[in-house]
Amino acid sequence: MLKASELRLTFNPGTPIETQALRGMSLEIPTGQFVTVIGSNGAGKSTFLNAVSGEQRVDSGKIEIDGIDMTRQPVWGRARHVARVFQDPLAGTCEDLTIEENMALAKMRGERRGFSFAVKPALREEFRAQLSTLGLGLENRLSDRIGLLSGGQRQAVSLLMAALQPSRLLLLDEHTAALDPRTAAFVLELTVRIVAEHKLTTMMVTHSMRQALDVGQRTVMLHQGRVVLDVSGKEREGLDVHHLLDMFEKVRGEKIDDDALLLG
Amino acid sequence: MSLYTLLGALEIGLIFSLVALGVYISFRLLRFPDLTVDGSFPLGGAVAATMIAAGHDPFTATIAATLAGAVAGLLTGWLNVSLKIMDLLASILMMIALYSINLRIMGKPNVPLITEPTVFNLLQPEALADYVFRPLLLVLVVLAVKLALDAYFSTQSGLAIRATGSNARMARAQGVNTGMAILAGMALSNALVGLAGALFAQTQGGADISMGVGTIVIGLAAVIVGESLLPSRKLYLATIAVILGAIVYRFFIALALNSDFIGLQAQDLNLVTAVLVTVALVVPRLRAHWSGKKGA
Repeated sequence: MLKASELRLTFNPGTPIETQALRGMSLEIPTGQFVTVIGSNGAGKSTFLNAVSGEQRVDSGKIEIDGIDMTRQPVWGRARHVARVFQDPLAGTCEDLTIEENMALAKMRGERRGFSFAVKPALREEFRAQLSTLGLGLENRLSDRIGLLSGGQRQAVSLLMAALQPSRLLLLDEHTAALDPRTAAFVLELTVRIVAEHKLTTMMVTHSMRQALDVGQRTVMLHQGRVVLDVSGKEREGLDVHHLLDMFEKVRGEKIDDDALLLG
Repeated sequence: MSLYTLLGALEIGLIFSLVALGVYISFRLLRFPDLTVDGSFPLGGAVAATMIAAGHDPFTATIAATLAGAVAGLLTGWLNVSLKIMDLLASILMMIALYSINLRIMGKPNVPLITEPTVFNLLQPEALADYVFRPLLLVLVVLAVKLALDAYFSTQSGLAIRATGSNARMARAQGVNTGMAILAGMALSNALVGLAGALFAQTQGGADISMGVGTIVIGLAAVIVGESLLPSRKLYLATIAVILGAIVYRFFIALALNSDFIGLQAQDLNLVTAVLVTVALVVPRLRAHWSGKKGA
């Protein structure tokens, strides 16, 4: 369970370009829930995700995962509990390492790395089996450099990697945004499958309202560094993109002019 | 070129292949532009020569020199990781600091080893001449180091170092303490350079305060020449390439300086190095250009 309470974060404080990215942002995600997070540009989606992953320290507030205080933990210290897939397909894997080496890295996420060989035969078989579920033929390319793969393939492998080791929270940072529509659909489908299979507590940030309503059990909308809309259950089932827009306008009392949100 | 100069070139080439392996770890695997080597090479020499001259066992002295190199690398890493000093600058600071430290260790600008025992003359069998035995022993040492490095960099901990150099953000997200990985990699890199310095002092008749000048250039030249001879991203091939690069580089230097008809002299060494590295950098590009044209 993720419990973020009263997070505040200001970029460039005291300067003309001061930005209050998080203004008392609070969110609780119960264990096993799949939450989608939407919001226009600058709403604080990515900042919130980075605060949870540890890439961004908050000025105040508290971040707990399953009761463990993570607020002051560095990224690598949180990795034991938090798995992550980046927006940029190149960011989530090491292009100089082979597919199996990348997967071996992820297999040891958050654990002590010792002096035994990283890729052992038993592990290789496990990776092969996992990769074959993708249906991309990657199971025959274990010792290829991952840099040789396309963005979509790398993103699919990143998802597998995130689930190789148990986690208390999976963070997905607009992980289909950089892909072409067909590949994005494939990666999203894979996401739903993996999350269900491993019963992962998941927070998916997305630009697309359609996507936000199609997957997961709950949708949260951020605006100006705060949660402004939180729908789940029956209420969410009947929702369509234009409902979401109407609700947003009602809550904020202003019109949305962000094309990316409308078109998604 | 006589057999004697040939074996001499091989001997120095093998010693510098240890430097090149160290430079490969810092520049290529960690992507940390590390100039510490200009200080840790003479540091290794200074520690080994001073200890041997003081009557210590040459093997102990060589191990101590290797450890001293590791500490130097660790300090450079610490300046960068903990004190947030830019990588290149951190290594330059360490390099100039080591100049004074090396003088302190030796107590004078040079420590000769003429009659003293060395790891080479202690192990040398009666039947072999010293100039034959030294390269032979060095081949074994370099081979052992190469295999150990290949093995280490395929372990979980070695993989963490490679991931840190390749994509630090991803490495952190996988729980790698990237600061520690940099420290470990820098220590390993400079330990190899310290070892090379210790062996160099024992084959060249002593340590000298100026023996480190240009070490980084030679190390980088070896890496670059090696990579153009045998381009490969596979680690076990890359380490072979780097070793070959160091030896080939030394041969070219010896060839250039020993061929009277070219008219080069010892003072032309740095010019020859610069030309050689330029050629090694340009050849792969030309090769790609030509093969690209063929393909079209």
